Amino acid sequence: MLPNLGYGVLLLTFLVTLYSVVIAIVGHSKKSAAMIESARRAMLLTWPLLTISSAILIYLLVNEHYEVEYVWSVTNSTMPLYLKVTAWWGGQPGSLLFWGWLLSSFTSAVAIRKWDRDRDLLPWVLVVAGITLAFFLSLNVFFENPFKLIPGVAPLDGRGLNPLLRHPGMIIHPPAQYLGFVSFTIPFAFALSALITGRTDDRWIRLTRRWTLWAWLFLSLGLVLGMRWAYDVLGWGGYWGWDPVEIAALMPWLTGTAFLHSVMIQEKRGMLKHWNMILIILTYDLVLFGTFLTRSGVLSSVHAFAESEIGPMFFVFIGFTFITSIALVIYRWADLKSETEMKSMLSREALFLLNNLLFLSILVVSFWGVIFPLLSELFTGSKVTVGPPFYERATGPLWGGLMLLMGVAPLSAWGHSTIKTLGRAIWKPALVALLAPIFAFANGITNWIPLSGFTLVALVITVTINEFGRGALARSRKSDENFFVELWNLTKRNRRRYGGYIIHISMVLMGIGILGIELFQTETQRHISIGDTIELAGYTLHYDDLAQFPHEDGRYITRAEMTLVKDGEVIDQLTPRFDIYPGGQPMTIPGVRSTLVDDVYVILVNWEGISANSTPFKVYHNPLVKWVWIGGYVFILGILIAAWPEEEN
Amino acid sequence: MKKLYPLFLFVILLSLFSVGSVAAQDGGGTGVSDDEVNLIAHELFCPVCENTPLDVCETQACKQWRELIRLKLSEGWTEKEIKQYFVDNYGARVLAEPPAEGFYLLVYFVPPIVILAGLFILFRAFRQWKKNDKDQVDIQIAEANSTSSSDTNDEYIARLEEEMRKRD
Repeated sequence: MLPNLGYGVLLLTFLVTLYSVVIAIVGHSKKSAAMIESARRAMLLTWPLLTISSAILIYLLVNEHYEVEYVWSVTNSTMPLYLKVTAWWGGQPGSLLFWGWLLSSFTSAVAIRKWDRDRDLLPWVLVVAGITLAFFLSLNVFFENPFKLIPGVAPLDGRGLNPLLRHPGMIIHPPAQYLGFVSFTIPFAFALSALITGRTDDRWIRLTRRWTLWAWLFLSLGLVLGMRWAYDVLGWGGYWGWDPVEIAALMPWLTGTAFLHSVMIQEKRGMLKHWNMILIILTYDLVLFGTFLTRSGVLSSVHAFAESEIGPMFFVFIGFTFITSIALVIYRWADLKSETEMKSMLSREALFLLNNLLFLSILVVSFWGVIFPLLSELFTGSKVTVGPPFYERATGPLWGGLMLLMGVAPLSAWGHSTIKTLGRAIWKPALVALLAPIFAFANGITNWIPLSGFTLVALVITVTINEFGRGALARSRKSDENFFVELWNLTKRNRRRYGGYIIHISMVLMGIGILGIELFQTETQRHISIGDTIELAGYTLHYDDLAQFPHEDGRYITRAEMTLVKDGEVIDQLTPRFDIYPGGQPMTIPGVRSTLVDDVYVILVNWEGISANSTPFKVYHNPLVKWVWIGGYVFILGILIAAWPEEEN
Repeated sequence: MKKLYPLFLFVILLSLFSVGSVAAQDGGGTGVSDDEVNLIAHELFCPVCENTPLDVCETQACKQWRELIRLKLSEGWTEKEIKQYFVDNYGARVLAEPPAEGFYLLVYFVPPIVILAGLFILFRAFRQWKKNDKDQVDIQIAEANSTSSSDTNDEYIARLEEEMRKRD
């Protein structure tokens, strides 16, 4: 009864969405305000409908209705309540429904606003967002029904959520990622609406500026949480493996970041209107492409894609939206002409454009690396691996270039800058920044790559602090307020600019962590007995004990106890373990001591077999990696400042 | 739930048994350490699992392949020979990157060509803009102003205030 009701409501939502799209188009062509209002209300109706459908699914998950295939596949009786709820997005049909619910929420939030000034944009925003929503709902309605019943007798218990998805990071990571993905639909819908209606000024950008920032926040948060999850759960001592699934999430972030910079040029100088349209189209389609990559099975093989029911649907939809959008840009090409032109190759806008080129270059490398194995399989019949060495070599200098621009661009002026003006602004921060490689060199680092990296990090930090300091100092001299009050006022009066600077700081803090782990990570693996030790990077790990016991939630736990010693002093107790879940799924949990200087990360190498007399441990020494997570926190602070609503004068 | 405990015990016993047969001592009696094996295994990818380096792959097949690397190392094979052995037996996909030959060359050449094309377009656009720019006065004023260092702070404050005023 309930599953049928859930599916019925889902089907009804799909029909209501289609109605909204069609009636908005007809209403626009007939210039009927009543029809457009009807389309708006229909779109608003999708939210309560999808909320009911989702609530029914959550009810079924929580109350163990194993007659529903989805419930059976992602829950079991031993799972705690919160995991049963989060199982909503733990499998394909549920996550597609979650996606649809989020999109409906955002579109409703847009539809509910006052449209007095922008009434001409409304129908097409509804049409574009509605088509996207209808597409995702169609996947649920026709192919991935979360309410599908298991024929015959219902199973007594479910399979349970994949153990890897039970980590707190993985509970927050997918919603954050989806929020980022889905919310980019809104600026895209406004952009297309602007193209269709011919309102090609920067109104659509101003209307969606905050949306874009929040979308970018969640996309970034999704990436960082995913990295943290990988570090804590996957047990290979790192956080980023250039896996196609990771790259799928990175690609829209790259174009989204380029877009965030590029729209500023349009707002300030009335330039790059074509480019901004292309960037938001790319971001939207890369969101779809990323979902396609992870949902269609195409990463396993092109044959799996051909057999997948939703893969070809995604492929067609991406093609349709991309071609239509680009056709619209071409149609409006003349209207999108820049109002001014670049005067100097060192102006702020020119450096932003260079920044865009670097982001897009990383995108080219990432996109090509992801699709090349598929092309190879298609054209040669044999698949190849494009692994981390390819990406690291190709993107390393590009990331370095971006860091250099983060150091230089804040010092250049809009409109024009010369080598002389820029040189005069940069020489002092550059001189201070040189202290970093000197300090690193004095501490034994002689390789030019980390020395250059640390120089760039120091340059960005110095320039950014200098920008805050100079601004606050100049204002405090004029206003008699003290420096810190003016620092606060300065940030408050131009949140986007100074929030952006804090984001730059967060990026280089992450850069410190990345340089540390990428260039200085060391590891060792040994089989040892209780009482033996392992040494690595000046640390000694004493193997004290091994315990194996069943847990009340059904796991069978194998846990080692180790004492971490440095310079003869005990500094920590580490307990690496691995759990075997009912059904035999293993999960490796590292024992980690984390400081600002380094992490000691030890795992039980369960796949080598374990006993008290010969226990295989793998120990990683990860210098500076904690700065990646600190950078993540600073990033959230920066974007909150940038996206916070400005005070009304 | 309790019905599953025998299964867990079986898994544990199986793992204990495998320890005895494979790694009763570090190096499995070959004199080759795990680190030496992992150094090569890290640069090879599991032919079965997607995008998983051999040194951290948990499958039974990969465990056997790591032991194979150990055996080959103990027999005096070089890293290059071992990698070639895996390529010959399982195809080029076991390598972390495609070999730079034939069709695979595309993976290395396409991104730089596209990026250079982007750079060229950007450079052309800049030149076009410069050509169209009739108004050099602003730049001259900027340079004239820049010669007087005492004005720097005022110029900065003016720019800052101007940007503040223009904020939305």
